[in-house]
Amino acid sequence: MILTLSHFSAALLFSVFASTVFGITQRETARNQFRYGLYCFAMFMGGLIVAGWVMWVLRH
Amino acid sequence: MPRGASAPPANTKMPDTSVRKEAVVAKPAAQTSNMSVLAPALGWLIPGAGHLIQKRWIRGFLLMGSVVIMFVLGLLMQGRVYRPNGGDVLAILGFVGDVGAGGLYIVTRALDMGHGIVAHATADYGTKYIIVAGLLNFICVADAYHIAIGKKA
Repeated sequence: MILTLSHFSAALLFSVFASTVFGITQRETARNQFRYGLYCFAMFMGGLIVAGWVMWVLRH
Repeated sequence: MPRGASAPPANTKMPDTSVRKEAVVAKPAAQTSNMSVLAPALGWLIPGAGHLIQKRWIRGFLLMGSVVIMFVLGLLMQGRVYRPNGGDVLAILGFVGDVGAGGLYIVTRALDMGHGIVAHATADYGTKYIIVAGLLNFICVADAYHIAIGKKA
């Protein structure tokens, strides 16, 4: 079985799992863990979109 | 000594309380020491198990799910699993990342999986997924150790 993901879906899944681990391991309380996980996810996705637009601008 | 109280005879043995105190203190320290070795070792071998053994059930299962799913997705994307004797510096660094997944890496090597198909478009994503799964498990191991020594609640 070969799994074929687009660049965006691969980055999305990567962000979900990495954010989960970062949130749990870097904060103490459950509330802070959840908030930090969301923050990391937002940073991953924001960075992805910004990098995509920067590459588009450089290309054009 | 209060007036009227008689002094104890010279040959009477006073109870040695210092030995008892040490015994009381030493027991939890030994337990902490055992857990501080067992939790990281188990957490490396089975991702998330370092938290589960310390009864952090939700954290443990979330970490286990994240690392295992990421590693398996990497394999399904035909990612490459690095060997110890890669030769190239980047291959050695890739091996260091991969070996963080512990038991998953051992099982993958034992089943001779993870050769990777270079022609496949997503194979490179898969390789990165596998490496990052191992690196995330290193963070999980460190967290399990911090919980075991009481540095983290």
